[in-house]
Amino acid sequence: MIFLLKEDLLNDKAKKVLSYVPSAIFPAIIFPPIFLDGTGSLDLESNPKILAAIFAIIVGYFSKNILATIFAGLISYWFLIFVYY
Amino acid sequence: MNIRLKTLTTGITDVSPLMIPVVPFGIIFGVIGMELGLSPYMTFGMSIIIFGGASQIVLLQLFSGGASSLVAITSVGAVNSRHLLYGAVFSEYLSHLKLSWKVILSYVLIDQAFAVSNTYFKKNKENEFKHYHLLGAGFTCWTVWQISTILGIVLGSVIPEELGLSFTISLTFLALLINDFRKFKNVTVMFVSGIVATIGYNTIPFQAYIIVAALSALLVATLLTLINLKKK
Repeated sequence: MIFLLKEDLLNDKAKKVLSYVPSAIFPAIIFPPIFLDGTGSLDLESNPKILAAIFAIIVGYFSKNILATIFAGLISYWFLIFVYY
Repeated sequence: MNIRLKTLTTGITDVSPLMIPVVPFGIIFGVIGMELGLSPYMTFGMSIIIFGGASQIVLLQLFSGGASSLVAITSVGAVNSRHLLYGAVFSEYLSHLKLSWKVILSYVLIDQAFAVSNTYFKKNKENEFKHYHLLGAGFTCWTVWQISTILGIVLGSVIPEELGLSFTISLTFLALLINDFRKFKNVTVMFVSGIVATIGYNTIPFQAYIIVAALSALLVATLLTLINLKKK
């Protein structure tokens, strides 16, 4: 996206709220594919994505490492679908 | 010239590890684009013009769901709005540059480039060519993204569905949020967004669930900010 911004255009309060934008936007993209199955209904019981996502979150929380988070999630996901489901 | 080159290559090397998940992301985008029936040129064109993984995926999801242009544009705008934050943060370091530089840097600025360049800028404030870091990081991202998109377009139907590569998309965005996991207010905002989006996916018409979720979450964020300010 092409964007140009003058300095001081946004005051401190606006910047504070803007700092929440990723937290406000990304979950809207993350949650539905994880919790809803192909037909759009809530799938809580046999859903490896939820477990894999939780594992990824834990790894992310402690490692603070983006790559580690993604790989942890992927590996646990593959493990779950190939071994358990 | 040497400092410029050195800063540029630092940018490239700094962002390279983060490019690994970008590759499947780009491939998925190419694959989904083709699956939805977009022409290869259209799919690739999206990567060139928009150059924003999240926005492109959202756009595809919405089109396939039958959203109107208004909803699509607003949703993409909402997803892109985090770039406002990036711009605001970077204006401190980059506002002195010529317009042509700003346009180029804005174009290549995406999440990963922002992440690494922000760290670099904070540590290297005296470097008058520090914007070369962003140039290097940004163009690396751009190149990797375009190549991955092309790969996805070409590979198309060959990739098996079971690998669940679309889960990678969720994971990539999840990973971008890890810095905020420790902040209680941010986590609250995340849950509001996620829950509204999940419920709204089926209940909100016109595929507007992303906009509604984001606005609800931002409303909560604003309230939390105001409450916090009042306490002080």
